[in-house]
Amino acid sequence: MMQQITSAQAVILAINSFALGGLLFLLSAGFSLIFGLMRIPNLMHGAFFMLGAYFGVSLLDWGVNFWVTALLSGLAMAVIGGIIERFLLRRLEGQVLPQVLLTLGFAFIIADVCLMIWTGDPWQPSPPQNLRGAVQAMGMFFPLYRLVVLAVAVAVAIALWILVDWTRLGAMIRAGVDDPAIARVCGIKVSQLFTIVFCLGAALAAFAGVMGAPFLSVYPGLDFEMLPLALIVVILGGTGSLLGALVGSFILGFLYNFGQAMFPDLAYVILFLPMLLILVLRPQGLFGRVVP
Amino acid sequence: MAVHRRRVLKGLAASGAAIATMRAPYVQAQAPFKLGLLTVKTGPLAQGGIQMEQGILTFLKEKNNTLAGRKIEFISADSGGNPAGARTKAQELIERDKVNVILGPLAAFELLAITNYVRDNATPLISLAAAEDVTQRAANPFVIRPSATSAQCCHVMGDYATKELKFRRAALISEDFAFGYEQMAGFQRVFEDNGGRVVKKLWPPLVTPDYTPYVAQIGKVDCVFNGFAGSNPVRFMRTYADLGLQGKIPLLAGWTAMDDALLRSLGDEAVGVISAAYYSADLDTPSNKRLVADMQRDYKVLPGGYSAGMYIAGQCVEAAIQKLDGKADDRKALAEALRQVSLTDTPRGPIQFDKYGNVIGDVFIRRCERKGKQLVNTVIKTYPKVSQFWTYNEADFLKNPVYARDYPPAKYLE
Repeated sequence: MMQQITSAQAVILAINSFALGGLLFLLSAGFSLIFGLMRIPNLMHGAFFMLGAYFGVSLLDWGVNFWVTALLSGLAMAVIGGIIERFLLRRLEGQVLPQVLLTLGFAFIIADVCLMIWTGDPWQPSPPQNLRGAVQAMGMFFPLYRLVVLAVAVAVAIALWILVDWTRLGAMIRAGVDDPAIARVCGIKVSQLFTIVFCLGAALAAFAGVMGAPFLSVYPGLDFEMLPLALIVVILGGTGSLLGALVGSFILGFLYNFGQAMFPDLAYVILFLPMLLILVLRPQGLFGRVVP
Repeated sequence: MAVHRRRVLKGLAASGAAIATMRAPYVQAQAPFKLGLLTVKTGPLAQGGIQMEQGILTFLKEKNNTLAGRKIEFISADSGGNPAGARTKAQELIERDKVNVILGPLAAFELLAITNYVRDNATPLISLAAAEDVTQRAANPFVIRPSATSAQCCHVMGDYATKELKFRRAALISEDFAFGYEQMAGFQRVFEDNGGRVVKKLWPPLVTPDYTPYVAQIGKVDCVFNGFAGSNPVRFMRTYADLGLQGKIPLLAGWTAMDDALLRSLGDEAVGVISAAYYSADLDTPSNKRLVADMQRDYKVLPGGYSAGMYIAGQCVEAAIQKLDGKADDRKALAEALRQVSLTDTPRGPIQFDKYGNVIGDVFIRRCERKGKQLVNTVIKTYPKVSQFWTYNEADFLKNPVYARDYPPAKYLE
């Protein structure tokens, strides 16, 4: 049942594994931060990704520059995320089940609002004009744009790493992740941190949506296709760990590409098998810490 | 143009009748004929489902909500695009709303979930869904299908690919579900019977975020035939072009992958794709001219197979009511009359039905071209009066198992 692949195919798959991994990191970094700090599984994350992508479709349609579009879409989603956190999620602090229901409910609402506004038609914006070409490797083409997504993901990863590990805000976030009660005693406004992190996570999801739109396309249902991917990445990498999200994304990228090509019969489970292994052998994830 | 109050009221009455009748049924000498639409308006399949509703509403508006002298009460139900939902909504339409006829559903698995139910409750159904066996080995006397079986257009594509395009080696790719299997099997059968070889069959899951691992495997072939549906073709074709295959290996498509309504979602990656479909928006028939103009005016979209399929379903209902002349409330008689319908002017050209209730009608080979800013599917060849059995002997065809993932077996896989 194993399918042979040629070396040229392997090269393409390997490059694509990194490219897809980059996009998955953009998607799941915010999810991981929110889950790590606030301990809520944000089931709206896929919806944020899709809504961000739809914003991108409209802005690009009005002729806005691609990079400005990605930033604007992220900004808009930060505002929406902030409002939801500040006025709704805030009231449910510490109540896991109501939080899950609230985020799931909003995911459905966002999906139906998108259907009303952008109709059911799939949209697929073009990548920026100067990034439309392809690079050639061993007689096969690889789209330049996907490599750009990878580069952007690496840049975002470095920026987040600096933010979390080298700034005062980052130190407060880490303190909040480790022990919110003691952090509060030390005078850190943890609830304010919650809002900031939630906005950041929402913005990253929307940004990823715009970056992914030129090759994933945007359509109803995209939200609940992306959400499980973010979940797997975070389970693999460990909650709250950016390094974990990065490594988890690339593992998933490789698993997806080589798994689909070499073990087509396992296409449905290949992504979930390692997740199962991790849950059994190392429930806190590869880079996660055991939270007391 | 001066706006007359009466004219506005008349227009409102016509367009709003669908809603109005639901709230306050007309009291008339003869109760209205109830037309139930079973479609999908939420979830991932909503795109096609909304187009279905637009198609039938366009027809009803054109007919001023009156078919062959009978007032029509239109009831729309949203199945959510899954078998359980389809079953529940079919029950609502039949038992609560007591509809005379059901139009829909959209997807094969929905149709399979309700085909026995509509037979047991003797309610005629005009299907858009393509599941082969519903008009073959498990033919249902209450079902007719004016669109096509899954393989009906694919047989034609297989013939065109070998005879006109002279392709000999093909790779097939489609979603890993019944509609995909049946499409690919139909293409493969004709392609190989005409001397071609199918050397690769790829089955990505319905939900596949990235087609790169599949496109990378295509290898050395003369053509690739794809049967994607919903929003998947958009992503697949972009990946196909991105990986440098566009222009190098010609891409062929089934009707859902290159539906006219999908063209506005596509870009240059679709140029040159050749597809086989039972409908084309640029056909020159009087009813198609009306359908295209009305859809452009009311919804600002080009109709595709989903809208046209429901428009034609409406025409079939009209013809059957006409024929029954006042006895259209007898559901069994209606089912029989629907089967006898033969129309000369529909958006897809002349149609009639075989004894299993499936359409015999024209199938079009189209090439996608760019005209100005828009993409269009230009018809390059018409195959007249195509049956679901293609040119095969009907009895022999039905003796074989239904088309499936591994039937007919692929002998030349590499």
